Amino acid sequence: MASFTRGFGGRRRPQDDRTPPGQTLVADWPVMSAGATPSVTPADWTFTISTEHGQRTWSWDEVHALGVEDVTVDVHCVTHWSKLGMAWRGVSLDALFAEVDTSLGYCMVHSSGGYTTNVPLAELLGGRSWIAFEADGAPLTPEHGAPARLLVPHLYFWKSAKWVSGIEMLPADRPGFWEDNGYNMHGDPWKEERYW
Amino acid sequence: MTVPAPTPDRGTVDPVRRRPSWHAATVAEVAPETPRSRRIVLDVPTWPGNDPGQHLDLRLTAEDGYQATRSYSLASSGTGTRLTLAVDRVDDGEVSPFLVDEVAVGDAVDVHGPLGDWFVWRPNTAATDRRPVQLIAGGSGIVPLVPMVEAHRAAADPTPFRLLYAVRTPEDVYFRRELGVAVDATATAPFHLDVVHSRRAPEGATTPAGRLTRSTLADAVFPPADGALVYVCGSTPFVEQVLTWLGELGHDTRDVRAERFGGS
Repeated sequence: MASFTRGFGGRRRPQDDRTPPGQTLVADWPVMSAGATPSVTPADWTFTISTEHGQRTWSWDEVHALGVEDVTVDVHCVTHWSKLGMAWRGVSLDALFAEVDTSLGYCMVHSSGGYTTNVPLAELLGGRSWIAFEADGAPLTPEHGAPARLLVPHLYFWKSAKWVSGIEMLPADRPGFWEDNGYNMHGDPWKEERYW
Repeated sequence: MTVPAPTPDRGTVDPVRRRPSWHAATVAEVAPETPRSRRIVLDVPTWPGNDPGQHLDLRLTAEDGYQATRSYSLASSGTGTRLTLAVDRVDDGEVSPFLVDEVAVGDAVDVHGPLGDWFVWRPNTAATDRRPVQLIAGGSGIVPLVPMVEAHRAAADPTPFRLLYAVRTPEDVYFRRELGVAVDATATAPFHLDVVHSRRAPEGATTPAGRLTRSTLADAVFPPADGALVYVCGSTPFVEQVLTWLGELGHDTRDVRAERFGGS
């Protein structure tokens, strides 16, 4: 039950039916990070998926060789901002997992600098997530995750781990960094799965 | 309040997990904080308490049902049901001009919280971990650090605290009285405050106004060898610059706790 606030509502931001509940459209791109910004170059960067059978590691060039896609998606941050129609370039996680054999269903995504976040594998497949290198026509900047970040636009943006370095396959769901610090295990913006 | 056992691998303690939920709130006090910001005290009878550094979501509902929600750091902590916010006016904003210029005592809003268990400091939990605490704020980034300073003072916690506070002019200092009280209590809760003025220094100041530099930063923080736990809050460019300099000065920035606001 909402409390009505006397006199509020005079100057409203534009609304759009692509905006989930509790979100506000922004033009700029806020920077959200819990700590320092790691410095990783494409030459240093690798991506590793570890499973019950071992590890598979791709270099920068090897990931690109899997096929770079252009996607236009909306992103929604749990801190109440949304940015619609962002143009991204990246490689689908479908292409990486096509080269991996696993029967484990849960992913812990790892980043340089120690950040982690959990996503069920099924939610990364089917054209729903990418390893992204560019946004809005330019390579990612360090504060936005250079050289590569996960892009899972159907979940709140803390799941789209910056400086992504790999995925650890797990038999059961386990909380990552923010999920251990008060935020939802799943994070669907249309259901407002923000917090515990 | 019981003190949870330390969790050694994190150098901190398990939070007192208070499940966040919606609460009806009434504006109890409003007062100018700086020329562009306002202190707002909310009365929230069902509030479960919060730790220093936590935040909340504040939701405004218009009479036709239109809603807007924003996150605000809490300038208060503890088990009380009176919550203090300090809201900076974003001129082209939708919510902050209303909160700074229009909201009045007695008005109703909704809040959701307490939120966030990372950018948090709790007093008297450092018996096994005497790391000094270095706080660094730019402008309104002081807000979540103030309850850390106040909780440290109120608990007479022996952890050495330093606060480096970067502002434009003397009038832009938030929570001047509360910070002064903490400075005066340094004998029981060690606390050192450095204020750096970028545009205009107070009259009679020995240091002229000037932007924060790597060298002024180096002089105003614990040396790297002290291994301080660092909290930084401010605009994105401020936080990025400070963290870059700390790294260059030899600080271990792997477990720095940072809160940024705004874009790059």
